Amino acid sequence: MLNNNKLNTHKLNPHKLAVMASAGALMIGAAGVAQAETLEDTLERGTVQCGVSDGLPGFSAPDDDGEWQGLDADVCRAVAAAVFGDAEAVRFTSLNAVERFTALQSGEVDVLSRNTTWTTTRDTTLGLNFTGVTFYDGQGFLVSRDLEIESAEQLDGAAICIQSGTTTELNLADYFRANDMEFDPIVFDTSEQTVGGFETGRCDVLTSDTSQLAALRIQLSEPDNAMILSDVISKEPLGPVVRQGDDQWFNIVKWSLFAMLNAEELGITSENVDEMLESENPNIARLLGQDGNYGEGMGLEADWAYNIIKQVGNYAEAYDRNVGMDSPLEIERGVNALWTDGGLQYAPPIR
Amino acid sequence: MTIRTEMIAQRPAPDQTIGALAWLRANLFSGPVNSVFTLLGLYLLYLLVAPTVQWAIIDADWVGTSRDDCSREGACWVFVKMRFTQFIYGLYPREELWRVNIVFASFAVLVAWLAIPRLPFKRWVAVVTLLPFPVCAFFVLYGGVLGLPLVETHQWGGLMLTLILAVVGMVAALPIGILLALGRRSQMPIVKSFCVVFIEFWRGVPLITVLFMASVMLPLFLPSGFGVDRLVRALIGITLFQSAYMAEVIRGGLQAIPKGQEEAAAALGMNYWMRMGLIVLPQALKMMIPGIVNTFISLFKDTTLVMIIGLFDLLGIVQAALSDSRWLGFSLEGYVFAGMMFWIFCFSMSRYSQYLERKLNTGHKN
Repeated sequence: MLNNNKLNTHKLNPHKLAVMASAGALMIGAAGVAQAETLEDTLERGTVQCGVSDGLPGFSAPDDDGEWQGLDADVCRAVAAAVFGDAEAVRFTSLNAVERFTALQSGEVDVLSRNTTWTTTRDTTLGLNFTGVTFYDGQGFLVSRDLEIESAEQLDGAAICIQSGTTTELNLADYFRANDMEFDPIVFDTSEQTVGGFETGRCDVLTSDTSQLAALRIQLSEPDNAMILSDVISKEPLGPVVRQGDDQWFNIVKWSLFAMLNAEELGITSENVDEMLESENPNIARLLGQDGNYGEGMGLEADWAYNIIKQVGNYAEAYDRNVGMDSPLEIERGVNALWTDGGLQYAPPIR
Repeated sequence: MTIRTEMIAQRPAPDQTIGALAWLRANLFSGPVNSVFTLLGLYLLYLLVAPTVQWAIIDADWVGTSRDDCSREGACWVFVKMRFTQFIYGLYPREELWRVNIVFASFAVLVAWLAIPRLPFKRWVAVVTLLPFPVCAFFVLYGGVLGLPLVETHQWGGLMLTLILAVVGMVAALPIGILLALGRRSQMPIVKSFCVVFIEFWRGVPLITVLFMASVMLPLFLPSGFGVDRLVRALIGITLFQSAYMAEVIRGGLQAIPKGQEEAAAALGMNYWMRMGLIVLPQALKMMIPGIVNTFISLFKDTTLVMIIGLFDLLGIVQAALSDSRWLGFSLEGYVFAGMMFWIFCFSMSRYSQYLERKLNTGHKN
């Protein structure tokens, strides 16, 4: 996800602007790097400063009560639970695609959890570090069931609805050229128009990142008539980002996610975590701080992971609640399943 | 030969010259061409209005608490209903809403006092509105004093934020605009060139660029950890931008005042500020009411651009609500609601300005 839906309506090219802004940051000499004591500052302030998107279904959006909900928001809650033992000690700042890196560099936020694709450029030239992958996204296709298409390779000659100004256009062209196929692009400005174009039959296929396709599908008048193909034509690993130069903070954010993944692997949920405290399994005892203090190296208490699991839940709980089967989006786990279930989510052990 | 001894009672005018029928005849069906156009117009109106009413009222869903209560045949006002508090107050903590209510209620009372001609002590009320009130309002909204919990500006939003941006922008831009307009007409070369450069610079860049620079570039130039609040950044940007426009509107008014007015005032021995404050500006400003209100209305609508720097104004919070996965697909309802709110405010401003114009008799109609 390089783009931001709302910005496109203003005819900006967010990617270019982001690069411009980051080039500016470099010229000035990486303004934010000086802050090396993020944990101390955070403890003093009493809240984790977290940057989220200004509204992305399933990842971060305010609910009816004005609370930020979503997978990205839960990552920040996990960090707060690890640091303070209180998942609600988060100060959410909504950021659009253009200003997100500046906000992190300038210290306005300390964790950027705003479905940001992990790429070489971003990881190596912006003075930032990606701490892991919360969601393996990729560009996919939404097709009408009536077409009886099962694979992206059957899409030769299709009319395809795209949202303008996004990397999806480029990926699509690359994919079709590589497979020696033709397509007819129909470009729209906003997601509402894109859905409208698909619904009125101006195109046979709609393409976007799979996490967005699920949200677009719900907006159709008859969602059951459309399906998302399993083929994915690009790699968009989304993850939290922190500033370079503060390894302690980097570790905290990285291991907060790993703790959630390990908890799922070990079968610990927010429901049974208290019973699990008694567990004989050494892996569980180490994770929950019953055997040794693995938070010490990060400057945290021994119960850091217990707090995450108790208050936010393990990865499966966060996934299902926000984007998975318990949410309106109903995105299958797919590649986001644990490695033990044939997916890609794999966390190093705690020991 | 008969002679009537009593007067004939007055009879009503012939049916065909008064009443609805006559009005219809005179205005809508006065000839074949007009009749055809009237019918055509009515038909088009029917084509437009019938589906709108059908969607917005007849087929609409009003009761319920979630998207499952909406049939999706018509509008789903349940969405707006559930989100109403959020649309008005943004993410302001629910238990602290009374603070916002107090500020806006007192602001409404002050403004009403100023707007209704019969009430006394106008001057004092104006002073209170312009000086102590904004400071008090800020502390009540922001908190951190007198035991009020702190509510940071990133939690402000919705209609409340739109009003704050618009009111601060208007109130701050008017005096700055007057000074800039006077400066641009000044004989002093440095003052004059400063004002010209200021006005031409801010008028030459789009507001979206100003906001964007304020939010993305400014933090990079400031020392790390020293952040200027986003709302303040937006307010400064909007005020500078708006005052440049205001200056040009007012300069137009100043130029319409005959030079003799100022010369006569000078002949009476008045100094510069007396000439301007007592003779020229009162005449110029009342002539410029349409232009000033026009600028205000456009500012009110321009505040939606703060969306690009991550502030949730009315439109921004509606869009954020639309991306809640529990309420996907109700964008039309959200936008209709935001549009109606903007229309109500802009229309009220426009009506008040027309009333002012009549009262001050700026058209020199009689």
